[in-house]
Amino acid sequence: MSDHIRLRRGLDIPLKGEAKTQITKTISPDSVAVKPADYKALNARLLVKEGDKVKAGTPVLSDKKSPYIKICSPISGTVAQIVRGEKRRLLEIIIESDNNNEQEEITVPNPKSASREEIIETLLNSGLWACLKQRPYGTIPDPGIEPKAIFISGFDTAPLAPNLDFTLKGEIESLQSGIDVLSKLSQGGIHISLHASNYASSPMHRLDKVIIHSFDGKHPAGNVGVQIHHISPVNKGETVWTLDMQCVVYIGRLFLKGVYDLRKIVAVTGPRAKHPAYIETLPGMNFKEIKGFADIQKREEYSEELPIRYISGNVLTGDNVGANGHLGFFHNQVTLISEGNYYEMLGWVKPFRLRKFSISRSYFSWLFPKKKYSLDTNVNGGERALVMTGVYEKVTPMDIYPMHLIKAILAEDVDKMEQLGIYEVIEEDLALCEFVCPSKTEIQEIVSNGIQLMIKEMS
Amino acid sequence: MKALRNFVDKIKPTFSKGGKLGFLHSTFDAFETFLFVPNTVTKKGAHIRDSIDLKRTMTIVIIALVPALLFGIWNTGYQHNLATEGDMTFMQMVLHGLIKVLPMVIISYGVGLGIEFASAQIRGHEVNEGYLVTGMLIPLIMPVGLPLWMLALSVAFAVIVGKEVFGGTGMNIWNPALVARAFAFFAYPSYMSGDKAWISGLLKGEGIVDGFSGATPLANAQAGLEIPSFQDMFLGLIPGSVGETSTLAVLLGAIILLYTGIASWKIMVSVFAGGLFTALFINMIAPPDTYMALPAWNHLVMGGFAFGAVFMATDPVTASQTERGKWIYGFLIGFLVIIIRLFNPGYPEGMMLAILLMNTFAPTIDYVVVQRNIKRRLNRAIIK
Repeated sequence: MSDHIRLRRGLDIPLKGEAKTQITKTISPDSVAVKPADYKALNARLLVKEGDKVKAGTPVLSDKKSPYIKICSPISGTVAQIVRGEKRRLLEIIIESDNNNEQEEITVPNPKSASREEIIETLLNSGLWACLKQRPYGTIPDPGIEPKAIFISGFDTAPLAPNLDFTLKGEIESLQSGIDVLSKLSQGGIHISLHASNYASSPMHRLDKVIIHSFDGKHPAGNVGVQIHHISPVNKGETVWTLDMQCVVYIGRLFLKGVYDLRKIVAVTGPRAKHPAYIETLPGMNFKEIKGFADIQKREEYSEELPIRYISGNVLTGDNVGANGHLGFFHNQVTLISEGNYYEMLGWVKPFRLRKFSISRSYFSWLFPKKKYSLDTNVNGGERALVMTGVYEKVTPMDIYPMHLIKAILAEDVDKMEQLGIYEVIEEDLALCEFVCPSKTEIQEIVSNGIQLMIKEMS
Repeated sequence: MKALRNFVDKIKPTFSKGGKLGFLHSTFDAFETFLFVPNTVTKKGAHIRDSIDLKRTMTIVIIALVPALLFGIWNTGYQHNLATEGDMTFMQMVLHGLIKVLPMVIISYGVGLGIEFASAQIRGHEVNEGYLVTGMLIPLIMPVGLPLWMLALSVAFAVIVGKEVFGGTGMNIWNPALVARAFAFFAYPSYMSGDKAWISGLLKGEGIVDGFSGATPLANAQAGLEIPSFQDMFLGLIPGSVGETSTLAVLLGAIILLYTGIASWKIMVSVFAGGLFTALFINMIAPPDTYMALPAWNHLVMGGFAFGAVFMATDPVTASQTERGKWIYGFLIGFLVIIIRLFNPGYPEGMMLAILLMNTFAPTIDYVVVQRNIKRRLNRAIIK
């Protein structure tokens, strides 16, 4: 039997546009993009040039410092374009599909008999090592360090997040195979967290060789960082590894069938998605393929079209990639919301504003707990000094003082950051603080700066 | 609406950086964002944001202050009528109060906002909304007899020395409104205490009725004189600073603040609890028929206790910032008020000094609370 952890603090943002649990489209993308920015702190070295032929599983990127860490192409085809940004920073590698689905040959050992070293070598060579993240910092782990344990979240609580019980229900065999492989990597075992409400009905409940925990609570209860904090917190000097359930599937497929197969089921969601549902596709897919989901609307008072923001990921942590952007490697969700680039006369003083959502009772949204909102990207105010207190704590179900941690980061006080818990959080864990902040502070950016500073100071 | 928007858009370049009046861009921005919620969209981080902002927050506090303000206006006229034994009607009392109180509000906002705008301009910041509340608080905690130039000077002192030198809203150590009061209190004591300051006209020697004392209940209690009934003090039919007299009106404001969650209920409850427990304890050991033996609950409705607990102690910038710290901070304010009132012969009221003192110690309280969290984290490492 497992332990049950109930989290009282948190917030489920009632956003419109939850995906219906059915797959309405299967997409074999004509082109995909590999984005170095998907991998935190990856110092990318380009391994291909425009015009090169690649197969699914051919490395296209490696890390400059640790060249054994590779990122591979999800499809077979030709490198069509290398997109660079300011200061020649590498942004995307666009690969055009040849529709042959040729695979790079990978020899996989039998996970039952393979040693830890053999498994690590196979993961590194296949490019799937980059699926793993380490805590602290959320970066790609160093294969030389054995982690205290491995943590996987079995549910996602982010706004409109995909239902993993649905997206993974056909993948139990791959999941189990992935777990078998991962269990060789750490003595501390594999910890899977499931939501208390569908604990027993989840397909992941039947997995073997894992330690299952049940969590109950609002977002961010599904964040692996929050779960680690309650199961076995990361102390100074300790390392744990985390990965997404979807990545366990990739590893499982590799060891079961010897293929680099990144097919996944992705939820297309949001108030501006016409028929929110699931699609089957590959990471790096171009958003042109899901154009049909965009719900064209006119602005009420003006006749111009109301622009849509295309987010790869969820509204709290995802990337604004634009209508021609690409799905991120780790993102199992696309969210379409309205841009909020309009003025509202005396908006802050209007007593009702029933279309606005607020956690605070200065609006009336708390009277309608079941109502779903069509929220847009308007900041709803100007950036100010930190004035209100006790707001962040309400959405941070951890024994951490977010305000004090943020201030320590702003002061670049490394000792204080360490003492106040910088090892236990990454950006996504404090994303809700950013949502609720009345002073409109960019908290995720501050946390990100803090983590970069820690990496620099500790190396 | 669209016409106004077009007009604002038309004059905007003049006030933007590089424009003819570019140096006024903070001022322009303040007025523009006052009229329109800006069209800025999220660029980094979370793509959607909560609808609350500081303008909304501050507006709620001002709404919560309205009952105390309205009552204060009426009570100014009512007290004046009592003192002069006039036969003013309700409307005359309100009118008298308006004539006295409105200029205070205007001076407070005029001087304070003027300095705020100027300093935002110098820094190139956006104008912060914090002063909207401070500017309303200051006239409510001053005696109505205070000459307006003294009020103006106090406001200027509070905004410059109490706030801007620390870096503006969010950075100050002491509650700016109380800094204004403290300044006036120590600079012009004869206008801030005694028997005549609290009722309009008395300082100017306008007819006072024989046997009438304009002293506050606190001063009477300290001098061993009779105090008004609990009910009168609760309703606020007593002399005192403009907005502080009616505990009932203050509680109406408290309901708004607690319902919206803008002010910390922990601080409010703990200030009242601290005051009540301390006074009850002193009641138990007090010799009979002394000030110390005054039943404890009277302290909660006298002077600025309720007003301070609800509107001043809860200022999030100067209060304790940790949830545990808030309990300690509030309780100690309540405790100190009673101690100052009962054992300090100098001045009858203790709320202002108690809050300012605890403002000073709030960072220390937070330090202790946060340090415990740090210790917990370190101990965790040792166990495993």
